[in-house]
Amino acid sequence: MGMTITEKILADHAGLDRVEPGELIEVDVDFSLANDITAPIAIDRFRQAGAEKIYDAERVALVPDHFVPNKDIESAAQCQLLREFAAEHKLPHFFEVGRMGIEHALLPEQGLVLPGDVVVGADSHTCTYGGLGAFATGVGSTDLAAVMITGRTWFRVPQSMKFVYHGNLRPWVTGKDLILYTIGQIGVDGARYRAMELTGPVIAELSMDQRLTMANMAIEAGAKNGIIAPDECTRAFVEKRAQRTYKFYQSDDDALYEQIISYDVSKIEPQVALPHSPANSQPVSSLGKIPIDQVVIGSCTNGRLEDLRAAAEILKDRRIAPGVRCLIIPATQAIYRQAMDEGLFAIFLEAEAAISTPTCGPCLGGHMGILAAGEKAVATTNRNFVGRMGHPESEVYLASPAVAAASAVLGRIASPEELA
Amino acid sequence: MKLSGKAWKFGTDIDTDAIIPARYLNTSDPKELAKHCMEDADPEFPQKVSPGDIIVAETNFGCGSSREHAPIAIKAAGVSCVVAASFARIFYRNAFNMGLLILESPEASTDIVTGDELEIDLTAGTIFNKSRNLHYKAQPVPVFMQELVAAGGLIPYVMKRLSSSE
Repeated sequence: MGMTITEKILADHAGLDRVEPGELIEVDVDFSLANDITAPIAIDRFRQAGAEKIYDAERVALVPDHFVPNKDIESAAQCQLLREFAAEHKLPHFFEVGRMGIEHALLPEQGLVLPGDVVVGADSHTCTYGGLGAFATGVGSTDLAAVMITGRTWFRVPQSMKFVYHGNLRPWVTGKDLILYTIGQIGVDGARYRAMELTGPVIAELSMDQRLTMANMAIEAGAKNGIIAPDECTRAFVEKRAQRTYKFYQSDDDALYEQIISYDVSKIEPQVALPHSPANSQPVSSLGKIPIDQVVIGSCTNGRLEDLRAAAEILKDRRIAPGVRCLIIPATQAIYRQAMDEGLFAIFLEAEAAISTPTCGPCLGGHMGILAAGEKAVATTNRNFVGRMGHPESEVYLASPAVAAASAVLGRIASPEELA
Repeated sequence: MKLSGKAWKFGTDIDTDAIIPARYLNTSDPKELAKHCMEDADPEFPQKVSPGDIIVAETNFGCGSSREHAPIAIKAAGVSCVVAASFARIFYRNAFNMGLLILESPEASTDIVTGDELEIDLTAGTIFNKSRNLHYKAQPVPVFMQELVAAGGLIPYVMKRLSSSE
């Protein structure tokens, strides 16, 4: 019996010839990370354990991205703690404001997380790096502290679920729509504890930006990891930026899957996930006229260059609807620079959108776009739980950048088709 | 190990933003976090909960973010145990690492209502509903996991074992 890509990566990192789902293993970790919310607790645990040294300073990143630029005195103190800890341990991968980005956009861009890696991060969206063909998963701060000390952690090998996407994508349908549709089909615990392996001719044709978007939301189905087999697209992305060696793994033809689910994407429209669950996804055309107050285009899910280009394509020569605030948040400094150089900022400013420095900000109700009671937002982010972007009586609708931009122009949830 | 307390019932897919909203994550002080525990699911919960009480929920408790602030908030609010039909995986690991007891029991999770007085035997994996004289089966908690929780979580547990082996 063969192995899946997830099983092969885990077996290699455990020093074993093969692993079986359900088996408990200890693995070497190639890279780990924490942010300004989770690192303070990890640093506290690290010190509580009496640890003096990080196992390998090159393999730990601290990225203040959630409440930066510091939103209040308490947040400033949390970032200060990271800064001091990074200096004390001479961490080369501490990313200060002005050099930072949202962690899950930044680390692939910097070539710090790579195909074939085992990556653990004290952030649930660490699963994003599965888009590169890595095994990547979120852990808590205590588990992360143990990794910072030992360079190892334990896992139960997950069962794998294979998702096969075939058919022709309709206009304006992106990786975001495919993953929202998938979560809508299987539910927020449909892949609980499982590896979601995303495959098929449609995935093979997806850009790296869209692959990262899809793997990013595996956690919203409860998955341990999402993963896409690396190919020429992956090679083109990593070869010019990799800071270490990397390895391409592929699933065997006779690998065992708990379940195989196929979707004909020609039947999938642009999707919107209604409050208050990412699994409440519906075709945008079915929603009727839902007026909105705010649009957020950004986040670790959809703040990459291709996302900004999609928004600009819609916003070019158009205006944000009266009464609507449109916030655009490039995910990293490099994306910000490139978007500016390509002229996207001129389009956004002409449309009367606001452009922010990179931050997770409003996605988790931190700052830079909090909603009042009764307000509704369309966001390209990943969660629409009660109170996620502000007041518990506010509402978040999840969508792709194109749908979000079209909604900003029309002042209600809208399909880009309506502007054609 | 046995514990008893009053039940507070919640539904399915209770996410970490409901357990502790991100707007309070500019601190990791347990006392501050406890003041807002379960606030977006039940705004009065932090005032109503008493030491030793038990949270009972349906499937996928703790889904969403990896924030360890979630089990910290529940523990600091005085809750002795969370019983659910199932838990999200990151929360499950964080709860034990933080020293918060959690127990899987699909039958208890659908039957128990708020206000029921419960008695839990962790080693046997049984839950007794004293208010209605009903017994439920649960996944037993192995003794080493009980010791880990009693020590206050993974780090104190490991330190205790290191010092006793010296």
